[in-house]
Amino acid sequence: MEKRVVFRSGWLPWALLAPQAIVIAVFFFWPAGQALVQSLQQSDAFGTSVSWVGLENFQNLWNDETYLASFKTTAIFSILVAVCGISLALLLAVFADRVVRGATVYKTLLIWPYAVAPAVAGVLWLFMFSPSIGIVAYGLEAMGVDWNHLLNGGQAMTLVVAAAVWKQISYNFLFFLAGLASIPKSLIEAAAIDGARPWRRFWTIQFPLLTPTTFFLLVINMVYAFFDTFAIIDASTQGGPGKDTSILVYRVYYDGFKALDLGGSAAQSVVLMVIVVALTVLQFKFVEKKVNY
Amino acid sequence: MVERRPTLGILAHVILILGVLVVALPVYITFVASTHTAQEVVQRPMPMLPGSHFIENYTAALQGGSHGAGSTAAVGRMMFVSLVSALIITFGKIAISLLSAFAIVYFRFRFRMFFFWAIFVTLMLPVEVRIGPTYKVVSDLGMLNSFAGLTIPLIASATATFLFRQFFLTVPEELVEAARIDGAGPMRFFKDILVPLSATSIAALFVIQFIYGWNQYLWPLLVTTNEDMYPVVYGIKRMIAGGDSQNEWNLVMATAMLAMIPPALVVMLMQKWFVKGLVDTEK
Repeated sequence: MEKRVVFRSGWLPWALLAPQAIVIAVFFFWPAGQALVQSLQQSDAFGTSVSWVGLENFQNLWNDETYLASFKTTAIFSILVAVCGISLALLLAVFADRVVRGATVYKTLLIWPYAVAPAVAGVLWLFMFSPSIGIVAYGLEAMGVDWNHLLNGGQAMTLVVAAAVWKQISYNFLFFLAGLASIPKSLIEAAAIDGARPWRRFWTIQFPLLTPTTFFLLVINMVYAFFDTFAIIDASTQGGPGKDTSILVYRVYYDGFKALDLGGSAAQSVVLMVIVVALTVLQFKFVEKKVNY
Repeated sequence: MVERRPTLGILAHVILILGVLVVALPVYITFVASTHTAQEVVQRPMPMLPGSHFIENYTAALQGGSHGAGSTAAVGRMMFVSLVSALIITFGKIAISLLSAFAIVYFRFRFRMFFFWAIFVTLMLPVEVRIGPTYKVVSDLGMLNSFAGLTIPLIASATATFLFRQFFLTVPEELVEAARIDGAGPMRFFKDILVPLSATSIAALFVIQFIYGWNQYLWPLLVTTNEDMYPVVYGIKRMIAGGDSQNEWNLVMATAMLAMIPPALVVMLMQKWFVKGLVDTEK
């Protein structure tokens, strides 16, 4: 789509574009290019000598079992976050769509966690589940569960997934609510006249018509779990115990800034870029579908 | 509702109330912990009703200088840093996106589509995938521990530029023609017609970007080493160090409450714009 009527000026459009162009050139393209170059180099921890090593950094990653384990951790983490977050939000949205009285109140009370910073969410959940002082850990112990996420990798994963889902539910909830509102009432009424009960109507009408929303949220939640949860993990488990909650983004940070392995970290950045590109392409495919149904 | 089903109606309320309670529980516990003394909080189990040290704890947190094992910097200063950086990021993003979308939609010039795609591609380069080299650029430019370092690298925004581009494309052509007949130049048209027309989009973006700016964590973690420049979200993490009993959890929790309040208020008070912003940016 293009405008028929435009303004004419030789220099003005360049001046208007300049701020955006400078920022993306200096802080996006230059560093991304650097990451590509560094991923092909090896340097010592003091940065005094740099040598070209070709694809060796990538080969090292491929042969590094802890890196492959980190892939697996990330996959488990993001699938758990996406599935739990989406199903809980769908449940709440379906019932919120049903109630007439108090709908706005429920909505307001359910959307605010979106505003909570991931790092703060991590601290809150850490405090509740802290083995020595946490109230929830105390309750679990009373029920016979020996909770210590500092030693038990599975429990540490549960903790970060819970914190990540808690923060993301409001987002999913809003999109499902909008999706449900856009389903024509006449379809549901017709099914009701034909004798379909609410349970049946949900599975045969509402759920299929929500598929585009669900796919869209699936992709968004994956992106969220991959990138935005860094703060949750850093604030609560710091990737531990061992490397049990060390997702890919956490490793890039850890290897680059704590272990000072610049080449390895840059190679990991490149791997992540490839993943983002794939997810973005996927996202746009589903966004288009959403428009078309 | 299609038909009356009292049991289902009750079930709906029960589930929603349960949902609201589960969502609110962590914040309730945080609030309770922030109103007790440090000793009371580390008891097992901790008290479940608010205590009487509300004013004491919040004043102590805001002024800093307590005895915890971690950072004891003043939270008041951190809140100020957070507010200033969130506002610079928000207004910076809106301003540069409005300008570049205006240039792309209302002018014909060489490399127009090249710039369009260049901005688009930045969607695929979140801070997390380029932290090392971006840190190096910022440190080479001498912007560590400054508001410029905290904000400028986060200001570019493909989503905002796209949103404004989509909106500008729906603005009727007659408005440009009328403005030109009346002798208005491009900047006059931009200032007096386009920006006022975009007010709703700007409000929606404001909410989303304010939360984005306020909640930044990874970037401040890299570019600030000076306690004076910690935003509150990062400052909280710094307050936790060592074992559970060494931290003043009551103050940490008071800080968490303080860090949550501004963005939560923005979401609840500007709910309409917030929902519009989410749906428009799909962020």
